[in-house]
Amino acid sequence: MAIVTSGLARAEVPPRRIITLMPSLTETVCALGECARLVATDRYSNWPAQVRDLPKAGGLDDADIELIVSLQPDLVILAHATRTTLRLRELGIATLAVETIDFADVARSVTRLGAALGIPGKAQALNRQIDASLQAVVSTARFRLGGRSPSVYYEVDRGPYAAGPHSFIGEMLMRLGTRNIVTPDLGPYPKLNPEYVVRRNPDVIFISAPDALDLGNRPGWDHVRAIREHRLCVFDRDISDTIVRPGPRVAEGLRAIADCLARVSP
Amino acid sequence: MARATQRSRFTHWLALGCLVTLLLTAASLLVGTSTIRASLDWLASPDAQSNTVLWQIRLPRAAGAWLAGALLGLGGALAQGLFRNPLAEPYLLGSASGAGLGVSLSLMAVEPLGSGGAGWGGLAWGGLAWGGQIGITGAAFIGACAAITLTVLLSRGVMQTASLLLAGIVVGFLLSAITSLLLLRSPDTWRAMQAFLLGSTGYLNWHSCALLALTFALCIVPALLLARGLEALALGEDTAQSLGVSLRVLRLTLLAVLSLATASTVGQVGIIGFVGLVAPHLVRETFSINQRQLLIAAPMCGGALLLAADLISRWAVRPAELPVGVVTACIGGTYLLLMLWRRARHS
Repeated sequence: MAIVTSGLARAEVPPRRIITLMPSLTETVCALGECARLVATDRYSNWPAQVRDLPKAGGLDDADIELIVSLQPDLVILAHATRTTLRLRELGIATLAVETIDFADVARSVTRLGAALGIPGKAQALNRQIDASLQAVVSTARFRLGGRSPSVYYEVDRGPYAAGPHSFIGEMLMRLGTRNIVTPDLGPYPKLNPEYVVRRNPDVIFISAPDALDLGNRPGWDHVRAIREHRLCVFDRDISDTIVRPGPRVAEGLRAIADCLARVSP
Repeated sequence: MARATQRSRFTHWLALGCLVTLLLTAASLLVGTSTIRASLDWLASPDAQSNTVLWQIRLPRAAGAWLAGALLGLGGALAQGLFRNPLAEPYLLGSASGAGLGVSLSLMAVEPLGSGGAGWGGLAWGGLAWGGQIGITGAAFIGACAAITLTVLLSRGVMQTASLLLAGIVVGFLLSAITSLLLLRSPDTWRAMQAFLLGSTGYLNWHSCALLALTFALCIVPALLLARGLEALALGEDTAQSLGVSLRVLRLTLLAVLSLATASTVGQVGIIGFVGLVAPHLVRETFSINQRQLLIAAPMCGGALLLAADLISRWAVRPAELPVGVVTACIGGTYLLLMLWRRARHS
């Protein structure tokens, strides 16, 4: 996790007016009980409900600089985005860059945000709570198909791009004791040759609802075990947000995956 | 005498083209996520999975890639003849942008609750639901046809080459901008869109091959019948008219054929650049040729090009793959640069 602080807000006084430019960061600030300090978020932040009515300051790479400046924030929390960070810094606005890539980064970013907001105790408590929830899911997860752990394929998009074992999603799948059909050498989100999935013949496929509709029409895929035996995990938008965002709701995402695995591999 | 020599050279060229296509198809059967040795073993002693991989995945993929490339090659030759411009390519009339818009609408229609979608409450999502029904292929086809129609309407018919080109560029930019705007509101469709924009041959099945083959038949026949007209047009519009060619009928028919070829290809394999532009040049560079021969050779060359690009795309980083559009752009771009460099040196 890379953390970069700049500008004026390395002040002793904790920031009172905050803008977040990533959904996972918005969620972390709110999970720390400090939603009231947010004066704007990026356009994709939609949880918890109260952030939906806040002004939307664009996205990470196309932030609405003028809106941000006009809201006079004490701190803008974002991920790595050189252009946005540099421009805000030029304009004298303090930024905190928190990169959350893997599973361990979730706890690190909670700690970091807790420190920046002047509430380290709350951050510790939140981390303990997240950890306990994760443990609760993992400890009950014992999935077996024909005596062995199920092999899984998580399709991020119909390229087909898959979630590899070293991606955030891949780590979740691994924690639940499943075997990812994608090998680590292919990278976190490889674009696969569709033939690869047919040959690896996964037991369970995770896929978005629209793509699940025509899965059987892909050449050769009707022979894939997961499709033949109807073992598909399809999540609606709200749930898939908790799976793809490395934020405080990570245990909810893990729970959703575990529930589906329990349903399809009883 | 010269004519007979040219004909015999053309026959040789065609035979060579067929041979290359056959070799590439054979290679397509062997290259994939398995080693070549494993593929050979499969051919010798097939089982259920190898049958699926070889005959339901690799062969239709190769056949579909060839057909799509052939349609692009034909489209390129037609566009260059019709506009009398060596830089003309099949997507010139805004078809690619139209297809892109169609696909993004269809992706959003099946996922109406985009995380940024709340701000678009005024947009009638229910009305867009049909987009989800017809799927990406249909949406791309309809989008491409609609864009070309818009281009023709904007240029007030098909008679003015300059205004057709200008209208095509305007429509292309405008529809791309609308697509970008839509995608901005629905970030989750970005990656699916990217797969489409960079071209993809991965999901071609026998059904797609049948559709592409039918389209190819529907396009090549009128194109060959109109070859004489194109030949006359190459001499200038006035000359063509004085030779008794009805320019309006010729242009309208060629435009319809071009639209059908492009829209069907984009629908099946997404937007694949450079094949349509490069294939006719590659043929012309090899030997002097008349329009009729070009309309046969350019599809053959386009087919072989896309087949080769597809082969590289799944071989280079196997078992992952590169987007095929990136490979065609690399091959096509390098070839065009070489051609320009050679010409500059000669002159």
